[in-house]
Amino acid sequence: MTLKKRPDGRKFDQTRKVEAKAGVIKNADGSGFFKIGNTSAYAAVYGPKELFPRNKQDPKKGLLRCNYNMMPFSGAGDRVRPGPSRRSKEISMVTQKALLPVVDLSNCPNAVVDVFIELTETDAGSRCAGICAASIALADAGITMKDMVSAVSAGIVDNQVLVDLDYQEEAYETGDVADIPVAMIPNTEEITLLQMDGRISKEDFKKALEMVKQPLKDLAEIQRKALKEKYK
Amino acid sequence: MNQDFKNHMCQALKKNVRMDGRKNDEFRKITVQTGVIAGAEGSAKVTCGDTELIVGIKMNVGTPYPDTPDAGVLMTGAELYPMSNPQFEVGPPGDIAIETARVIDRGIRESGAIDTKKLCIEAGEKVWMVCLDIAPVNLDGNLIDLGALGAIAALRNAKFPELKDGKPDYKHISKKALPISKIPIEITVSKIGESFLVDLTNEEEKFVDARLTVAVLEDDTLCAMQKGGDSPLTQDEILMMIDLAIKKSKDLRKLL
Repeated sequence: MTLKKRPDGRKFDQTRKVEAKAGVIKNADGSGFFKIGNTSAYAAVYGPKELFPRNKQDPKKGLLRCNYNMMPFSGAGDRVRPGPSRRSKEISMVTQKALLPVVDLSNCPNAVVDVFIELTETDAGSRCAGICAASIALADAGITMKDMVSAVSAGIVDNQVLVDLDYQEEAYETGDVADIPVAMIPNTEEITLLQMDGRISKEDFKKALEMVKQPLKDLAEIQRKALKEKYK
Repeated sequence: MNQDFKNHMCQALKKNVRMDGRKNDEFRKITVQTGVIAGAEGSAKVTCGDTELIVGIKMNVGTPYPDTPDAGVLMTGAELYPMSNPQFEVGPPGDIAIETARVIDRGIRESGAIDTKKLCIEAGEKVWMVCLDIAPVNLDGNLIDLGALGAIAALRNAKFPELKDGKPDYKHISKKALPISKIPIEITVSKIGESFLVDLTNEEEKFVDARLTVAVLEDDTLCAMQKGGDSPLTQDEILMMIDLAIKKSKDLRKLL
């Protein structure tokens, strides 16, 4: 059996509806909003500012610090208990690793750039949405960057390779299901985040990576457009 | 805090002029939008000037407290994320978050806005727990009033999930709304120098000497109060602040 049609009627290589905005949080030095389907992420950047405690400071470059959090009412299931969890700590870490290759903090030694990512609603793909929002926010804050980072998940549902799984597809029960969040630097096609859970063959994995490239480039374009929109 | 700046500000306030040109008893423009979070049972987004916050409601089934076996439970939380204002830090709720949540909770609870008896599924065993969380996206002052406004808007927007084997089935949300009978509106009146103000911005809140939050019902009765700030208030001042709160509550009530 192979999946013939996606539950919401999308094409296999089509993402959900995307909305991106820059400069949505006035208090922040830079901010971004990224919505994909029913997953919405805000990101705020504060800094560069002096890093405390001082023993964490690096005289050669600034530190990038990311914090991912889901709002208590964001999930479609039970209430999310406020405060850090093992999951959110891991996602904070991989988000930082996903963004780090494009940001250049050598011009702000001893400083920290804080990125706060808050998910207001989640329907799968929240870490990817968070990375997209954070990328907009970093650029909006004027942090030196080589390129955008865009992220979306690839995967396989019932033996069909596809892009941007929603919750319904992630929970599919027949055939192999795998969810592969991918973040990419669009111009160099380098991958900065890769995780996988589920079952997938090597061939299908390669197919999934190929399939997700163009959607990622399209997302980067939407992110850039959001930034240009702010300064119009 | 810069004392010279405060003196200057107090002079201006005596002439009924604020930093952003508003009058002392003037609110910024408020918008209330409900049903903004797809996965929450009830939600509202409130904007007022540069303040933007989201209130979300999640409902689950739990055991009632032993002293009220036939009443549901309301839990109110405020999540003050560092995203919304650099004064907050990552970590467990601080003083401001706890006070805000408790003052808003008191307004809703003491007004009897929710008929908690109607949240009972099986006395002593199972009741609905209503979790209300307030989360600012960008905070530029007046968290309590706007949080309380968002809270009551979200409560009115909330629908019960259907029950399946005694557990909530979040995939199927019923048409049944929460039993909300009264609408408390909270107004905070702040004293800076000799002047009394409502709807303060972040900048103005740094100069507050004392404040009084009053929860007002439709018939102008009061159902909760909280004094804050370092300075004392006289009886006359308190009565005057209550009058102003009642007057302003009528404007906010129209937004719902």
